[in-house]
Amino acid sequence: MSAAAAPRAAPGCTDLPVLRERGQREVFCGLTGIVWLHRKIQDAFFLIVGSRTCAHLMQSAAGVMIFAEPRFATAIIEERDLAGLADANAELDRVVERLLARRPDIRLLFLVGSCPSEVIKLDLKRAAERLDRRFAPRVRVLNYSGSGIETTFTQGEDACLAALVPELPEAKDPGPRLLVVGVLPDVVEDQMLRLFAAMGLDRVDVLPPRRSTGLPAIAPGTLFLLAQPWLGDTARALEARGCRHLPAPFPLGAEGTTGWLRAAAEAFDVAPSRFREATALGIARAEKALAAHRPLLEGKSVFLFPDSQIEVPLARFLARECGMRPLEIGTPYLHRGLLAAELPLLPEGVTLSEGQHVDRQLDRCRRTRPDITVCGLGLANPLEAEGHTTKWSIELVFTPIQGYDQAGDLAGLFARPVDRAQRLKV
Amino acid sequence: MQLAVWTYEGPPHVGAMRIASAMRDVHFVLHAPQGDTYADLLFTMIERRASRPPVTYTTFQARDLGADTANLFRDALIEANDRFRPKAILVGASCTAELIQDDPQGLARTAGLAVPVVPLELPSYAKKENWGAAETFYRVVRAFAGPHAPPPGTPRPPRPADRPPRANILGPTALGFRHRDDLREVTDLLGRLGVAVNVVAPLGASPADIARLGEADFNVVLYPEIAGTAASWLARSFGQKATRTVPLGVGATRDFIREVAELAGVDPSSVLEEEASRLPWYSRSVDSTYLTGKRVFVFGDATHAIGCARVAAEELGFTVVGLGTYSREFAREVREAAACYGVEALITDDYLEVEAKIAEAAPELVLGTQMERHIAKKHRIPCAVISAPVHVQDFPARYSPVMGFEGANVLFDTFVHPLMMGLEEHLLAMFREDFEFHDEAAPSHLGATATVAAAASSPVAAAVALSKPTEEASAAPVWTPEATKELGKVPFFVRGKARRNTERYAAERGIRTITVETLYDAKAHFAR
Repeated sequence: MSAAAAPRAAPGCTDLPVLRERGQREVFCGLTGIVWLHRKIQDAFFLIVGSRTCAHLMQSAAGVMIFAEPRFATAIIEERDLAGLADANAELDRVVERLLARRPDIRLLFLVGSCPSEVIKLDLKRAAERLDRRFAPRVRVLNYSGSGIETTFTQGEDACLAALVPELPEAKDPGPRLLVVGVLPDVVEDQMLRLFAAMGLDRVDVLPPRRSTGLPAIAPGTLFLLAQPWLGDTARALEARGCRHLPAPFPLGAEGTTGWLRAAAEAFDVAPSRFREATALGIARAEKALAAHRPLLEGKSVFLFPDSQIEVPLARFLARECGMRPLEIGTPYLHRGLLAAELPLLPEGVTLSEGQHVDRQLDRCRRTRPDITVCGLGLANPLEAEGHTTKWSIELVFTPIQGYDQAGDLAGLFARPVDRAQRLKV
Repeated sequence: MQLAVWTYEGPPHVGAMRIASAMRDVHFVLHAPQGDTYADLLFTMIERRASRPPVTYTTFQARDLGADTANLFRDALIEANDRFRPKAILVGASCTAELIQDDPQGLARTAGLAVPVVPLELPSYAKKENWGAAETFYRVVRAFAGPHAPPPGTPRPPRPADRPPRANILGPTALGFRHRDDLREVTDLLGRLGVAVNVVAPLGASPADIARLGEADFNVVLYPEIAGTAASWLARSFGQKATRTVPLGVGATRDFIREVAELAGVDPSSVLEEEASRLPWYSRSVDSTYLTGKRVFVFGDATHAIGCARVAAEELGFTVVGLGTYSREFAREVREAAACYGVEALITDDYLEVEAKIAEAAPELVLGTQMERHIAKKHRIPCAVISAPVHVQDFPARYSPVMGFEGANVLFDTFVHPLMMGLEEHLLAMFREDFEFHDEAAPSHLGATATVAAAASSPVAAAVALSKPTEEASAAPVWTPEATKELGKVPFFVRGKARRNTERYAAERGIRTITVETLYDAKAHFAR
């Protein structure tokens, strides 16, 4: 199987029935997206309007970033704010004023909705509009929801980027342009832009940009490529402005990266020879790096708990490029449209599950005894204590894993726990 | 609304989780939205527990809002009971569920479970984690020990002479700073005094153990923040007295031994005579002389802040220049302790305020939580962690109590290690002008070419420059090149203070130009 070959696969999992479950979900809420979003947009500040729980979550998720004077905070709702809504708005204005006075470098402020702010129906959209008028033109104020009742983990990024779409300026010259959508680590983003340049695509923008003052321009007909599978609302918002989605697999592994780049190359009529030239070196390097980890992973079974929505592309990579056997692929949401290029590549016989009943899913996991279980940090150590080898899933969101030059690192994330389990003699 | 970047305490339901996770045979059903399960990883990652916390979350989502959330709660409750078969169930609501006003208590009653259900009121918008833990423990104690309480006013019958005295140890929880090892240390102390441990709670206790609390003669309260409420109820209901001294440090441990001996009616002299701690000798040894009067800033929960301030002042010979807590419930106790050191207590849960006070006090050592560790790192001040909240490294594998005599040994090492040892400090001062040992010299193994950037770009100089508000910049006195050079000879870890003191001295006297003489005049002026 050559990763460079076009994946003209068998029907695979496209029509596979999906196990839909409801019960306790062991997942993060969308607020967590702030942890990587604020690193990406360097002049943005994320103000959560929520409870002490929200602040506590952010602190638990952001860990050691404490000393970096992070560009996020929580306006903690107190008892007196619950007494009357008018008061809560005045309080919010006061908090924002204090915040912006302290941080004159901020150009974009997101008011991020939480479960408490939504349940008490605090209208953050209107609050954002009010504050936007007040602090214009120095600071733009926008709003989105990262609440647990609305969003799961990475969907916070989707909600944030969808809120940015109406802000994108209209392109003056409506020539062909490509927009890459989704937060990628800077190093990966730069690699991808170099690959596009090598194919002759020079009008490539990214959303979100590194500074809010450099929002990319779009026009009807702008083609966009999703870098992450959790961007359903953002895709819809872009389509509403006349942009067109390029269906593609996600850039995990050599095969995924080639498929992702090819979607753009074909849309922009890049000559096949030029495409091969641009990607040959990357493919060769990725395959070489993957080969180092393959002996540890080949033939091993893997069980994925729902976390970020990266599970389907990830399982495809692990199956096709590492020779692993996915048993169950759990995802918080299964967006068939965005996964149209992924589902046919999944091996037959895999169980797809959407949503979660964590205790029943743990029962299935224990019953099938996978060689590696991909799960969150709330489950990882308890499963290890039961004798399972685990790979904690949040790392897949914080670590550079996309693109050719990270394919080996991605496989390494799964090979390491296996290697470790073999080394330890105590 | 309160603007918060970091919080010292979580919400009250996290305190309730700490009690449920500490106990055996108890399950907590928490009405909470999707996402609140994040708190599980505090237990599985920071404390490295090998099992999931015994907590079931209802995980409601937006589409469930309305009548459905109540059903969701009842279903989760029945299912958790069937699956985990606990001996008791706690029910409560997190901050969002508090707003939708489903009634966990009423719903639990209608569910008709065969096990006892303890409903918890956790006011998330007014109270915090430690309060939640204290309240939950109190509710559990009332629910299971309550039925065994004699009628009010019944005098406590005297202990039969043939039975050794018995005590409960109250307070250790899951996710508690050094609770695991403090418990072992204090249990050992009680054993040496001839006091039997009746029940330890909540850590490791089942509801059946809680029911036996009244059988003890008295209570040992290790963490008043958590066990204080329950201990006062036990005092009222069973006539059990409780210890008030927390055995942090050698002096407090001795006081604690006397107090326990008095409550138990035993003779403490043999236990007091054993020199069980190395701290007193280590502190007297000449290498510790340089510790004299080191300026220390102490912040943490009330118990650890008060206890560690005493160790710092009386057992290491430091000068306490700041004492504070985020435990508002214990503000009075901290104020009293602070008055003993002639400082004003800092009662706040805003870490920016703590940072400002630390910068103002310019201590040579900070004792605090992980927040203070980061603040101290930013200001390049040595620091040791003495209180929750803490990171994973402060749930160590090795035996590391902070209470009792071994705890005193641990505290000595913990406070002293971040400081430079005496000999090292002496050598540094002696050689600070040496050509290979000045501040800007790179490590010798990097070779002569690897000199680091000039002093102006060093983090200390930058921090000092940044700490000066810009509006004052024009009024600030000017340093002559000679004075700047002389300032460079001051060791880096006190240079910031020397600079500030000199500028303050100059500003107060209207001196516009700081010369070498001004520098030394200021030094003489501020000399202790």
